[in-house]
Amino acid sequence: MADLSVNFAGIRSPNPFWLASGPPTNTYGQCAKAFDVGWGGAVWKTVGEPIINVFSRYGSIDLGINRMIGFNNIELISDRPIEDNLREIAELKRNYPNNAVIVSLMVESKREAWHDIVKRTEDTGADGIELNFGCPHGMSERGMGAAVGQVPEYTCNIVGWVKEVSKIPVIVKLTPNVTDITYIARAAVEGGADALSLINTINSIVGVDLNTFTPLPDVGGQSSHGGYCGPAVKPIALNLLSATASDPAVKIPISGIGGISTWRDAAEFIALGSTTLQVCTAVMHYGFRIVEDLTDGLSTWMDQSGIASIEELRGRALPKVTKWENLDLNYHIVASIDQSKCIKCELCWTACEDGAHQAIRRYPRVNGGPVVEIIEEACVGCNLCAQVCPVQGCISMQRVPNDHPPVTWKQFTAGEGALAPRSEHFHTATFSSAPKQG
Amino acid sequence: MPRPDGGESVLSPEALEANFADIAPPLTPDAALVESSKCLFCYDAPCTIACPTHIDVPAFIKKIMTGNLTGSARVILDANPMGHSCARACPVEVLCEGACVLNERDEEPIKIALLQRYATDHVLSHDLKLFSPGVDNGRKVAIIGAGPAGLSCAQDLRRWGYAVTMFDAHPNPGGLNTYAIAEYKMRPPTALAEAKKILELGVELHCNVTIGRDIPFADLERDFDAIFIGIGLGATRDLGIPGEDLGGVQDALSFIEHLKTHSYPDTRVGNDVIVVGAGNTAIDAATQAKRLGAQRVTIVYRRGEEEMPAYPYEYELAKRDGCEFRFFTVPKRVLGNGAITGLECVRAELGAPDARGRRQPVEIEGSEHVIRCDMLLKATGQLPRAEFAREAGLTVEGSKIVSSKPNVFVGGDAASGGAEIVNAAAEGKAAAARIHALLSSALAVA
Repeated sequence: MADLSVNFAGIRSPNPFWLASGPPTNTYGQCAKAFDVGWGGAVWKTVGEPIINVFSRYGSIDLGINRMIGFNNIELISDRPIEDNLREIAELKRNYPNNAVIVSLMVESKREAWHDIVKRTEDTGADGIELNFGCPHGMSERGMGAAVGQVPEYTCNIVGWVKEVSKIPVIVKLTPNVTDITYIARAAVEGGADALSLINTINSIVGVDLNTFTPLPDVGGQSSHGGYCGPAVKPIALNLLSATASDPAVKIPISGIGGISTWRDAAEFIALGSTTLQVCTAVMHYGFRIVEDLTDGLSTWMDQSGIASIEELRGRALPKVTKWENLDLNYHIVASIDQSKCIKCELCWTACEDGAHQAIRRYPRVNGGPVVEIIEEACVGCNLCAQVCPVQGCISMQRVPNDHPPVTWKQFTAGEGALAPRSEHFHTATFSSAPKQG
Repeated sequence: MPRPDGGESVLSPEALEANFADIAPPLTPDAALVESSKCLFCYDAPCTIACPTHIDVPAFIKKIMTGNLTGSARVILDANPMGHSCARACPVEVLCEGACVLNERDEEPIKIALLQRYATDHVLSHDLKLFSPGVDNGRKVAIIGAGPAGLSCAQDLRRWGYAVTMFDAHPNPGGLNTYAIAEYKMRPPTALAEAKKILELGVELHCNVTIGRDIPFADLERDFDAIFIGIGLGATRDLGIPGEDLGGVQDALSFIEHLKTHSYPDTRVGNDVIVVGAGNTAIDAATQAKRLGAQRVTIVYRRGEEEMPAYPYEYELAKRDGCEFRFFTVPKRVLGNGAITGLECVRAELGAPDARGRRQPVEIEGSEHVIRCDMLLKATGQLPRAEFAREAGLTVEGSKIVSSKPNVFVGGDAASGGAEIVNAAAEGKAAAARIHALLSSALAVA
């Protein structure tokens, strides 16, 4: 059995799966229930001066029968008194000593305020602190959350204040709503952060009610931009994770956040540099029980892949992320259709014809013969046909060998290496209407 | 196909093979993805509640969607060691699929059985070992009957470290899964592969052994710490009418068993077949007789369509196969001279309810008639194995064997009087838990 336990900047956790700071970690009862069913840790919903929420708080987008592929919220930090939160956190850590209990914090940008809340938090026995520098709505209007996390100097300063008094690891939660997240990450490191977590939610308007013209969520005929999350944001999170994890100036552990719903998502985040994983939307959709397949799926896959620990998996994909200019221009692939699997929907044809490179030939639906065929000399290997194909394994991308050694754009423009000959058919394919025989 | 009259087979081997082809072919990977993505992942799911073994259905379906097929199969087979056969033979429309909340949205329910088959087939095709035996605890349990109940009991006992010895009267394990499931639902190799996965946990199996005849029950009581009895039911009830001993009269189960242990052309079937009874075994016999090439199959039942015990799905299947139903028809006499030529019946109507509230058929005077036939299959229910019960010092209550001995447990059809594979699996597991409770407390004392 693969070892799922992790040591995250000194915080030990039986597995890498933590509840992200949010509605699921608002109370003792929720966190205790989550630990009981297998969550490794929880980041308590952001503690600070209690706020007042509006009633309508969440919006979401559906795609066909799939509900909530993207989710947004305008909920603020905890609306519970600081004392109540801290008392329950202490009780949680006392009753679950083996689980990771992290407290998300957000107070006004004053040194004393941060010193005070950090000390009080440490008295609970919590394992770590997460600084919420990412909340993009509401709190940012009051100079907190993303208002701090979007300015490297503010980030560095406040992390410094926290580190002046903190005896437990400090995690800085980063906002994606910046031009280059690594600037903020470096500022956090400079301030003394022990770890990072990313991404917080993305600024968004999730939709508009076309009957009332009120954007969603509708708060009495008005709305406000909110934080976007859920499965749809995973690619954005993976990119920012990869950028941060591969930055030589950022050598501290990272907790990955952003649309993690399945064990596969988790494995991908770890492969791109996460040590722990934080989940919120998937729990808001399906409940704490999803942790069962997160852990079972991850450990079964690790066993099957011969990966013994999270540490062994962590960052495995990072060396393979590079700049475009380093990609091999002589790596040649073309699409290949397994006609025995083709159900003749012709989605590949219309996608290639209208949306890509006109490299698929189409035949009339007669004689039961093939209706689509790759024009290999016109195919640029873009993958689109394989991506729209509704049959698993029907269209695959096949390597076309050539005698030319790899050459990158960087080398090519420097006069090094040679480009393999490229087809003259690109963009000039001719079309045949005659069914191919045999 | 040798017919009773010695004539040639009316169906070619190819036609027979096609007639017995998989009635519910497995899902393709694409279909499995589509189907698993449709599952809503209900909380306190009705499908799980409806299953006698309470498989966590949404959990195993979500695992199919996330590509964790091994984990999916583990969820299924941990709850129900008969997960392979149940995926093929469970009456899902009255269990999990019937309970699916999508029915409430006027949609087809999730294809739970086919998804279960998709996940469990992965175990057989990859020869996965999902469970391992527990550390030997020094206690020994005998299991009589290697059918669904016994095998399910054995799986848990082995996982908890008990030494398990099984005895079965048949040449092969699997019980009714091997010898009685309609051939178009499941073939013996699947039942045997399922049994093998459990036996691989380190079960000692003795086939062709009848306890009470080959080994006295008392010997088992002497040599084992506990005994589980999963011997199923015994002989089919007689019709109790003249002519029953004529050639061409057979019980439905032995007809099916012959079919399942011989090549299709080697199983004798008549041209005009009557099946007496309208339970699920009657349907299995009728459809398989038809698929073997019988020209006409008539199901004779003394009550009506409303009262017949067969599930609606099975009833539809028989009708689709072209079987005829004669309701309110009571067999009176088997006609023939050496070989059977017909069944004399009278018509009936439902009378007043009896003591148990079941309306009894009342024969209509002057309604005698003859249904022509050259083969008659009795599917009138089975009797409990009373002789075994006597030998073992157990009692028979109605159609059930009951144990009052603290370390002797009964499960499956022997205890229920006849139910589904999934019930037998649940009872086998429940018995394993009771044996564990009994013997582990004894272990603690020792």
